[in-house]
Amino acid sequence: MSEGKIRIVIAKPGLDGHDRGAKVVARALRDAGFEVIYTGLHQTPEMIASAAIQEDAAAIGLSILSGAHMTLLPRLMDLLRQQGAGDIVVFGGGIIPEEDIPTLKEAGVREIFLPGTSLDTIVRWVRAHVKPRGVAA
Amino acid sequence: MTDPSRLPDITDARRKWEAATLRPHLERQPERKERFSTISDLPIDRLYGPDDLPGFDPSRDLGLPGEYPFTRGIHPTMYRGRLWTMRQFAGFGSATDSNRRFHYLLARGQTGLSVAFDMPTLMGYDSDHPRALGEVGREGVAIDTVADMHLLQKDLPLDHITTSMTINAPANVLLAMYVVAAEQAGFPRDKLGGTTQTDMLKEFIAQKEWIVPPRPSMRLIQDMLVFGARELPRWNVISISGYHIREAGATAVQELAFTLADGIAYVQAGIEAGLAVDEFAPRLSFFFDCHNDFFEEIAKFRAARRLWARIMRDRFDARNPRSWWLRFHTQTAGVSLTAQQPYNNVVRVALQALAAVLGGTQSLHTNSMDETYALPTEKAVMVALRTQQVIAHESGATHTADPLGGSYFIEALTNRMEADATQYLQRIDDLGGMVRAVEMGYPQREIAEASYHYQQQLERKEKIIVGVNEFVASEEPAIPVLRLDPEVERKQIDRLRHYRADRNTAQTRRTLDALRRAADGEENTMYHVVECVKAQATMGELCDVFRAVYGEYKEPAII
Repeated sequence: MSEGKIRIVIAKPGLDGHDRGAKVVARALRDAGFEVIYTGLHQTPEMIASAAIQEDAAAIGLSILSGAHMTLLPRLMDLLRQQGAGDIVVFGGGIIPEEDIPTLKEAGVREIFLPGTSLDTIVRWVRAHVKPRGVAA
Repeated sequence: MTDPSRLPDITDARRKWEAATLRPHLERQPERKERFSTISDLPIDRLYGPDDLPGFDPSRDLGLPGEYPFTRGIHPTMYRGRLWTMRQFAGFGSATDSNRRFHYLLARGQTGLSVAFDMPTLMGYDSDHPRALGEVGREGVAIDTVADMHLLQKDLPLDHITTSMTINAPANVLLAMYVVAAEQAGFPRDKLGGTTQTDMLKEFIAQKEWIVPPRPSMRLIQDMLVFGARELPRWNVISISGYHIREAGATAVQELAFTLADGIAYVQAGIEAGLAVDEFAPRLSFFFDCHNDFFEEIAKFRAARRLWARIMRDRFDARNPRSWWLRFHTQTAGVSLTAQQPYNNVVRVALQALAAVLGGTQSLHTNSMDETYALPTEKAVMVALRTQQVIAHESGATHTADPLGGSYFIEALTNRMEADATQYLQRIDDLGGMVRAVEMGYPQREIAEASYHYQQQLERKEKIIVGVNEFVASEEPAIPVLRLDPEVERKQIDRLRHYRADRNTAQTRRTLDALRRAADGEENTMYHVVECVKAQATMGELCDVFRAVYGEYKEPAII
């Protein structure tokens, strides 16, 4: 399958409206040849899980700057597993203290990108870790 | 500044310098790059001189401090008379936690308060709403009721300090809670000084915490303007904010232009609500970002004052000189802070704060070094506050008004900012004003473009950020990060549920019904909001009335 078929949902969980990062990353992934669906703001974990499943997304990129990541991200991971979509690769970024990262990874989040990460780093990571759904990564 | 008849000589001298001195030098040592530009990508020339200011008239373009068009500052003596207000934005956890931080800051020489609210409060949800899950007290303080407001205000001298509240969509509710709680504690409303942000246009453009669509939002703001003009002589009902516009990725010119365009829309709204311009314009205040590019920022502040003075005098026919004043608060640029090598942020903040002071700010928040990780610790906030005190008392920047006035570079850059912003203002007028432009997504798209352009410049290293895309360190020492009590959410929800259970619900309902009728009709909603708060309605209940009457805003998701 060609890379162009890989579909990624970029989502803003929680109530914060800081969408600069989400939009820039969405645009960079699109420019890199991925099919990007941006959910818009103020999404609940339920809304994000259902959007990703309906769109048959291979990955979900989350941007969260509200401090609610320790509640909302594990909840999203649970929802995906419950709905048989535990293979969707979830990555994220935002205002997240480094010491929270191990817990988020234990919950199943594959990578957290901190402020200052280059777009190139994110694109290369996605190329390396996200395959079309159904193909073993 | 320069006798116009001497300009040809000056131009001639410059040509000779280019031929005799510059060119041979460039042959030996070329410049580091072909193009120099500000962080907003405004091109900067090698040298500025009198010939870069053709037609410049200091008495017309600068005036004197305290006089039209206020390019050199709104006060005749600037910081010789009174320093700016040192106002650190704070709020987290419960109202009691935040009240403790306010006392901490006041004890260390801070001179005004600035309240940060949590996300559910910004969106008008009670702490027990499903959408509030995990968000309560995280990014600011949770305020659900007037009882929470009492805790927030505990033992604060409300008649001596001013309080700024960063609240927009439910600004009417928070203002009512502030006034009701203060009155219940014995402070009359005409003694209360402070600011509610109440700038919904920039919410739709950039910050994106909203409840109802733009037009009903403007109507609620009109009701607040009228209430403020009649009831709260010391309150700034609106703080017209460029900060969030800039943080969302706008250039300095876009920040300047979109903020003033929002200001124009609010002045029009006030006039359409039946107020005379001089009845409310003196109480409009502004709020800008201060980013890394030192001179661009100083020029932006100077251009903002000049532009606004002209807009108010010539476009709106304001007669009171105070209506011409652009008074502003500044916050250093949160977006410029780096998670990498966080101690470097102290230096960035110091430079940005100095630019704000050289730009003539009335009030200042300096960010803390640890804010790319979490809300700041007390120690980090202290360094940030001390940075302002060093500038105020050690740097000498406060000894004279507008120290950079008359610099060829600063004046040329100020002119350029004004000219570019004026083009944007014209474009927004052509679109039918800012409310219409926002509905069309015009400023939103301009900002998204600028933000992507800047990110690409970083990727190509056309712009350098120390520690991020150059001078990167492999090992970095961790810095302490503020941890919030995980019990805050549960405790807040408990308190809210007891509050609801203990009140006279029939009375609460009656006031909410009256608010609904006012919102549906023509009556001023603000007086009803005050009655609802007195009858112990909660934040969520009040905002549900507006959601029911006007519908909820949904943004079209555009990348």
